[in-house]
This record gives sequence, C-alpha cells and structure tokens, in this order.
Amino acid sequence: MKALLIAESRQGQLLPSSYEPLAFARRLGAETSMFLVGSPQCLPQYDGKLYLADASQAGEYNPAVHKQLLLKVVEEEQPELIIFCHSSYGWDLAPRVAVSLAAAQISEVVDLVDGGFVVPACNSKLRRTVKPQSSITVVTLQSGAFNLVSPTGSPRVELLANNVKAGVEFVAYEAAEKGGVDLSRAEVIVTAGRGIGKPENLRMIESLAKALGGEFGASRPVVDAGWTEHNRQIGTTGQTVAPKLYIACGISGAIQHLAGMKKSELVVAINTDRDAPIGEVADVLVVADVKQLVPALTDRLAG
Amino acid sequence: MKILVCIKQVPDMESKFKLNSSGTWYSDQDLAWRMNEYDEFAVEQAVQLKEQAGGELVVLSLGPDRVREALKKALAMGADRGIHLQDEASHEKDPYAIASVIAAYAKQENFDVIFTGMQSQDRGSAQVGLILAELLGINSISTIVDFSCDGSSVTAKRELEGGLKAVVKTSLPALFTCQLGLNSPRYPTLPNIMKAKKKEIATPTLTAPTSLAATLSVAFPEKKGQGLVLEGDAGELADQLLTILKEKSTVLK
Repeated sequence: MKALLIAESRQGQLLPSSYEPLAFARRLGAETSMFLVGSPQCLPQYDGKLYLADASQAGEYNPAVHKQLLLKVVEEEQPELIIFCHSSYGWDLAPRVAVSLAAAQISEVVDLVDGGFVVPACNSKLRRTVKPQSSITVVTLQSGAFNLVSPTGSPRVELLANNVKAGVEFVAYEAAEKGGVDLSRAEVIVTAGRGIGKPENLRMIESLAKALGGEFGASRPVVDAGWTEHNRQIGTTGQTVAPKLYIACGISGAIQHLAGMKKSELVVAINTDRDAPIGEVADVLVVADVKQLVPALTDRLAG
Repeated sequence: MKILVCIKQVPDMESKFKLNSSGTWYSDQDLAWRMNEYDEFAVEQAVQLKEQAGGELVVLSLGPDRVREALKKALAMGADRGIHLQDEASHEKDPYAIASVIAAYAKQENFDVIFTGMQSQDRGSAQVGLILAELLGINSISTIVDFSCDGSSVTAKRELEGGLKAVVKTSLPALFTCQLGLNSPRYPTLPNIMKAKKKEIATPTLTAPTSLAATLSVAFPEKKGQGLVLEGDAGELADQLLTILKEKSTVLK
C-alpha cells in the first residue's frame, strides 16, 4: 500500500505531530512519501521523498493553495491513503482534498482493526469502526494516538512551485494573552469542569487549590462560559501541564482536555458519572458531587 | 443578505448510551435531544449577522421528524424560516452524502453567508461544512472564534493549537464553521417561542448520493483505566482520598 503523509509547519517551525502520520503508516506497513508546506530550513527527519512547498510563497494557512499543491502530488504519487493529523490544519484541509478526489474521509482515527478504522463518538463514550468504500481514503489521526519514537534520516526533497491564487487571505497570527499564571510550574492543579454547576462554585475549587499549595485551572466549557480567564484553560487549545497532583472536578474528559493533562503524576477525578471518560486516565475516580466533596476536602486540609 | 445556518440535533452527551439493534450506532430510544452545541454558536452568529446586515436567515436540518424541535429553537432564536430535509436513517450517511444533499438545496438559493458548527458532538467528523463549501465552490474558514462582516467581506479568527489564533479574511459568498465560545448564544424568549410556531418549515425532497464510507460496528471502549474507584458518603470519601494522597503523592508531605 502507498501512503502520502501530511506534515505541518507553523511560524517557520516543523510541528512535532508531523511524525504521527509516519508512525501510523509504519503500523500499516505502507510505502510512504511526505508532503509539507513549510520552510526549507526546517525539514523533517525522514528517510524518503518529501514534496516541499515553501510557506513563504504558499502561506502557512491557505486552503485553496495547499489543496491544489497536494492534489498535484496525489496525481504523481497515486497513494491509496492520505494521512493527516486531526489538527486545526488537518481537519481543515483533509475534507477539501477528499471531496476533490471522491475519497472517503475518516476523521480522528485512534486505532486500526481488521478491515476498518476506529474513531471515537459521543465524547469518547463510544468507538465506531468505519470502512471506506472508495479507492482513495483520507484519514486524520487523533493527536497522540500514534507516536513515533526518535525519527531519523534526511529526506529527498522535491520542490513544488505554486501558481495558484489564494481564496482566503491570511492576515496575522494572534498569540493568547499572557496572564500572571504559569500553570506549567504548579505542583498541584485543581481543575474545574462544567460539572461544578455555576460560576460561584469556582471559589471552592480555588480554595482547595490554595489548601494544597497549588493553582486552579479550568476546562474549555468553563472558560468559554466566561467563568474564568483563558490563561487558566487546560487542554489542546490552552496549556499543557504535568503537575505532581491533578484533581479534575466535574470534568467529563474530552480528548482535548486529556491531551493537556494526561502526563500528570497522580490524577484524581471527582465526578458523579462513573462512566465519564476522565475515569480512563484517573488513578483515583471518586464518584461524588464536587459541591459536597471539595469543601469536605478543603476543611480537612485546613483543620 | 441571504444567510443559511445548518444545524444538527444530537442526544445529550451525559446520556447513558445503548446500541441500536444492528450495532452500528446508538439506539435513539430514551434519549433527551438537543441542538448540537457548536450549532448554537452558529445560529447566534447568523442571527447577529442578520440583525446587522438585514435580509433573510434560513435554518436547515437533516434527520427524522424529531429534528423539527431543533429547528423550532433556531426559529425562536431569530431565524426566519426552516428547511427540514427528512431522513429517517441519516446516521447511515457519511459526511459526503449529507453535505451533498444540503448542497443540492443550497445551490438553488445562492446564500451569501453559510454557518455550520465546527463538528457534531455525536459524530465529530468536522467535515460536513467544509465539504458543503467545496461542493458549492465557495470560500470557507473553519473553527472560527471571532467573526466580523463589513457587508462584502468577513474577517474571522481561526482557533489553532496552544492558544494561538489566525486572523483571516475572505470575500463573500463564504462558509464558516463555528467553534465553541464564538459568542454567547441567546435563550429564546417566550414571545419569540410563540412567534416561531407560526414560522414556516418546508420539507423539500432531495436525493443523496451513495456514501463513501460505512460504519461496520459501534462498541463501548474497553475500560483500560486500572484506577481505584471510590463511592459512598462525601465525608468518608474525603478521608479516604486524603489517606491515598498522603500515601501516593509527595505534595502533602
């Protein structure tokens, strides 16, 4: 089988996730080539053919241009499988390419089984096995599901010329506002999820964090609801942390959240739902109401 | 301005899911249904754009008869009329087939702006909106967390990883897929709920192409967590948990 791997670059730097499609292709035993819109100064360690378009001309985000460049490579390489990361780049470009090729797209693949690709459904409460019925298949891989240890080699580069006109104009990158909190330095993090019920209850999370000498964090829905600032958000679109103790309060455990905290040393989850996906990564799952358990814990620590 | 917003009805994600008889999706019995959360942000943005630019806002949903409840909510939030693409087995269709049916409808209407959610909470493919734009041959921007329209062009912010955003600009017509947190979706007021009852929901008949992918099976994930599970009275749990923390972690020493 032939597979085309899609690497990613941002602000001139190759993203480490670029190696995940290679790990996946190796598991399939596929013959590979790679596609990157990036910098000639920052190439992946890869023993194979790399189709490279210079991002200084093609732009780092320009779906119409990237699609056309990629379709040219597909025509030349004739892959049966095109492998993206399920990232803001991958989930944006993959469907555009798939529909142009009349290819099935399978999003956020986490595993391979005989005859199908396994993807999560319903906030990871279910696993769905999907089989493509087209001659070419496009897949996007869940972040961190397939990891490649120590990539090696240097690619044979074939430069791609760009003569496509942009549809969407890239204006600028905007970094997150940096606040006074650096959660990555905290030894203890107590995090609030939607399960805390209402914004006033954030105070009890904060009190527990203080009693433990740590900081409090929040899941995305809590930040989106405006209950606290973005600089306390943990997950793929916030901060990635690995404290000695992580206490998740009322957090169901969406994959985007887990990606930001699963390397914590000891994970405690407090949740009323015994089946919540957070249980998968928790060393201790306490089936309880946050509003009762958290103050009880804080009292005992203070006393 | 002519605006379309596409919505999906999904089960409450806190539900206890059971599998259907063929084992290819969840059973739709005994579930509480609601509008896909991402789509609430899409509807709100569409209503705000209509309030700003004037014109007409159409809300569309595909699925069995129960999806009319989600359509009614969008009508109560401010959409002018609804389109229900009836489909008793929409869960058997892949994103390509679903986008194709919507495209068949949208082609006749020449919308200036189309909004969808960034993904659905149940299927989570994040494909339908972008495929729809490609089939219509219009620009599209995914995962937006900010939107401003000057009448002929839109500047939007895309959410990337690690708190980074990309500011991007497009001419119209264009499609936008909406991320959580884009705005604050309004709650329909009682008078608007009453008014929405009189708004039209049309049911055009359109045929879908064959799907490019099929579900072989659906299963519950294997519990790989070796973790300890504690249940009981809150006070006792707090004692138990503190003992464990003192044993297993250095932070309390």
